[in-house]
Amino acid sequence: MTKRKRAVYLDHNATTPLHPQVQNAMRKAMSVFGNPSSLHQFGRQARKLIEDAREEAAAFINARPEEIIFVGSGSEANNTVINLFSCQGSRSCEVPCLDSCRKEIITTSIEHPCVLEASACIKEKGTAVEFLGVDNYGKIDLKQLEEKVSGRTGLVSVMMANNEIGTIQDIGRISRIVHEKGALFHSDAVQAVGKLPVDVKALDVDYLSFSAHKIYGPKGVGALYVRKGAPFCPFILGGHQERGRRAGTENTLGIVGLGKAVAMRREEMKEEAVRLASLKKYLKEGIEKNITDIQFNGHPQDSLPGTLNVSFSGAEGESILLYLDMEGIAVSTGSACASGSLDPSHVLLATGVRQSQAHGSIRMSMGRDTTMQDIEYVVEKLIAVIAHVRKISTVSTGS
Amino acid sequence: MSNQPEWIYSDKVKDHFMHPRNVLEDESGFAADGKGVIGNIKCGDEMLVVIKVDKSRGVITDCRWRTFGCASAIASTSVLSELAIGKTLEEAYKLGSKDIAKALDGLPEHKIHCSVLGDKALRAAIEDYYVRNGLSDKVARQKEHIVCQCLGITDQEIENEVLEGVRNFYQLQERDKIGTVCGKCKEKAGALIEEYVKKHFSGEA
Repeated sequence: MTKRKRAVYLDHNATTPLHPQVQNAMRKAMSVFGNPSSLHQFGRQARKLIEDAREEAAAFINARPEEIIFVGSGSEANNTVINLFSCQGSRSCEVPCLDSCRKEIITTSIEHPCVLEASACIKEKGTAVEFLGVDNYGKIDLKQLEEKVSGRTGLVSVMMANNEIGTIQDIGRISRIVHEKGALFHSDAVQAVGKLPVDVKALDVDYLSFSAHKIYGPKGVGALYVRKGAPFCPFILGGHQERGRRAGTENTLGIVGLGKAVAMRREEMKEEAVRLASLKKYLKEGIEKNITDIQFNGHPQDSLPGTLNVSFSGAEGESILLYLDMEGIAVSTGSACASGSLDPSHVLLATGVRQSQAHGSIRMSMGRDTTMQDIEYVVEKLIAVIAHVRKISTVSTGS
Repeated sequence: MSNQPEWIYSDKVKDHFMHPRNVLEDESGFAADGKGVIGNIKCGDEMLVVIKVDKSRGVITDCRWRTFGCASAIASTSVLSELAIGKTLEEAYKLGSKDIAKALDGLPEHKIHCSVLGDKALRAAIEDYYVRNGLSDKVARQKEHIVCQCLGITDQEIENEVLEGVRNFYQLQERDKIGTVCGKCKEKAGALIEEYVKKHFSGEA
């Protein structure tokens, strides 16, 4: 393989680098150490930073500031919502808890593990949990949803955009179906907020989770939107922070980072989406033209602008990933090997991708720093890597 | 680059992964004396090993392979081919995953059972050679049989695990991930564990 080498990061769905402006904002905020709950000037200074960030985050999704709870991660936001349903009603609940006859939640088979695991856990505690399947593109079947949601359903949770294949769900239509049956609706929008326009009022969601580090903000901070009046019960108890809805001294620095990240998204998102879509088109065509026996996974149109998931027959994902890594290219894979389990990606299997194809899948997720030169380099290297992996593979292909 | 964080595998694995030895390029031109295939691409790993044998001396003169699998699967088959060449059939038959891991300066524990299948493919190739050459009685003497097709776990390995303390299928599964792919071997493996526990520990309560 050639000497030409660059560093190309195509794993933005895993995490993103800090935006330079976010770094600046956080650097400034580092000297603000007061406890935001303190009444003195040091506390008030921190409080101001947090409330400014809250306004920024709220405005970005068309929510009110008091509808935003800062949490430790997207996973915490999701766990908080799923766990509302094991609540039996207690002194911690800020609103009367969920109707006891609605003890069922419905989610999908392609959710992030934090939703799947939290759901499996409350199932053991006695809440009925149903999982909706998806079609070959990763879209949930709205008819099936309509049939499944009933008077027993308390909550439906559907992710807005899938992290592995990028498929975007019709959240507005889903929330209408759910609300017609009187259930509540949550969407894990960790991969969507900051990449697509998200308006919680227009989409009519009751709860929505998002995270800072997927949109050039810091790790360790996320936000949960809770519609005013929606039932709520805190997941972490023992403090009055976040209006009693999430105990623990606020992560001032992280929250400042989240606020700035969102502010920068507001400026850059629209243009970036157009640019990424054209890079993705180029990448897709480059693969299609030069590599045989491939299959793109996810929805051809309703998909995150920067996410491309592809399966290469006869090539195993971890090998592809590590050979690309040697060339300076960072991607991720749905292969079992990389995950430490023996099962390939649950998302790909749910979309009907064969196991052998799922083991040979690669996800490339681009971001604000990805250039056309990067993509040209990736196509060039990918052709060589796939040819090499196939040469030593037991599975011969037509190439 | 010296400031690069450590690779997930040893330098030896990296070397074999980046520069695989003895890859089988032209199968029809190779004219193998024995051929073995193990694993299943559904499970994520599949290996093919072919050998050439000096019949008068019973020595493996060439060993070529192809692997569908992760970096440690590729590196382990590559290093195995080097270990096998020049060995007698009997010596080569005894090569196991531990020899491969050792030759690679170690492998992550969880990778040994799921990705080191090359030794089994080699044994299958040797058995194939025996069968082709009217030496089937030698195959019968080699008692090892594969129980879990997906991960290539054999009855002998299960017996070893029992000797090391495994008492039921779930304990075995914790260690070997046996039966976690298609699950078809569960009954057979369970029965074998019982049998081996009886054989070795019948005095125990």
